[in-house]
Amino acid sequence: MISTTHVLVLSLALFTLGVVGMAVRRNFITVLMCVELILNAANLNFIAFSRQLGDLTGQVFAVFVITIAAAEAAIGLGIIVALVRLKQTVNLDQVNVMEG
Amino acid sequence: MTWFLVHFAQIVFYCLAAVALAGAVGVIAFRSPVHAALSLLGTFLAVAGVFVLMQAEFLAAVQVLIYAGGIMVLFLFVIMLVKARDIPDEPQYVRRLVPAAVILGVLLAALVGVGLWAASSGPPADGAALRLVAGAPLGNTEAVGWSLYRDYLLPFEVVSIVLLVAMIGAIVMGRKETGRGGAA
Repeated sequence: MISTTHVLVLSLALFTLGVVGMAVRRNFITVLMCVELILNAANLNFIAFSRQLGDLTGQVFAVFVITIAAAEAAIGLGIIVALVRLKQTVNLDQVNVMEG
Repeated sequence: MTWFLVHFAQIVFYCLAAVALAGAVGVIAFRSPVHAALSLLGTFLAVAGVFVLMQAEFLAAVQVLIYAGGIMVLFLFVIMLVKARDIPDEPQYVRRLVPAAVILGVLLAALVGVGLWAASSGPPADGAALRLVAGAPLGNTEAVGWSLYRDYLLPFEVVSIVLLVAMIGAIVMGRKETGRGGAA
């Protein structure tokens, strides 16, 4: 039997890798992928606690998280397409229109 | 052999966790976005496997369909669309922050260690509760559907509005600039 702690540690590692990727990479597309990693880690937590407590609520909320992830990916990739049309780059260091 | 059968679930879990973490490292480490996307696909599939081990079969199917199917195709489409393969070099790592990163990493590891040491998670509840539909053991998909459409109907409807807004937003941002009354 896999203990809940094991899954939580896996989720923690995925979350940390996602945060590190967001901090380290400057490619907008890769940063979006790291957001997906983080949402996946959150889902793992929901599922692990759902099993631990024998309660379906965690699984239902994981469905909602997946929906939000899909919406976020669609919007983020739309922003990327608009950004490339505007500045011909996906490098976040060159996107400083809002920097005042 | 008996040991192998007894610990089969653990062995599968460790293999899936290794694949998931390797994929996550690949997302960060690969320079080409296409390679990073394929690496992310491996992570998604491995996480779906963990979902099966956690008795969330419906979510495993959803994970494969939505993430590995939908979102991944979207990513690959956009990568091809913007020709992101010839992006300029990026500074791969933030070198000046290495000492701070090491200190923070040690602190985080200590925190996690203390948490694991102090955690007293009992054995997981009986998985049968995840298959009950109104008291009858049917299946995970039926149970999730029952819960989704009875107990969480309002969040479900709200999420559909979120999806609608996201769709409109993606269309608005993705279309060509047609300046109103000016040259495009």
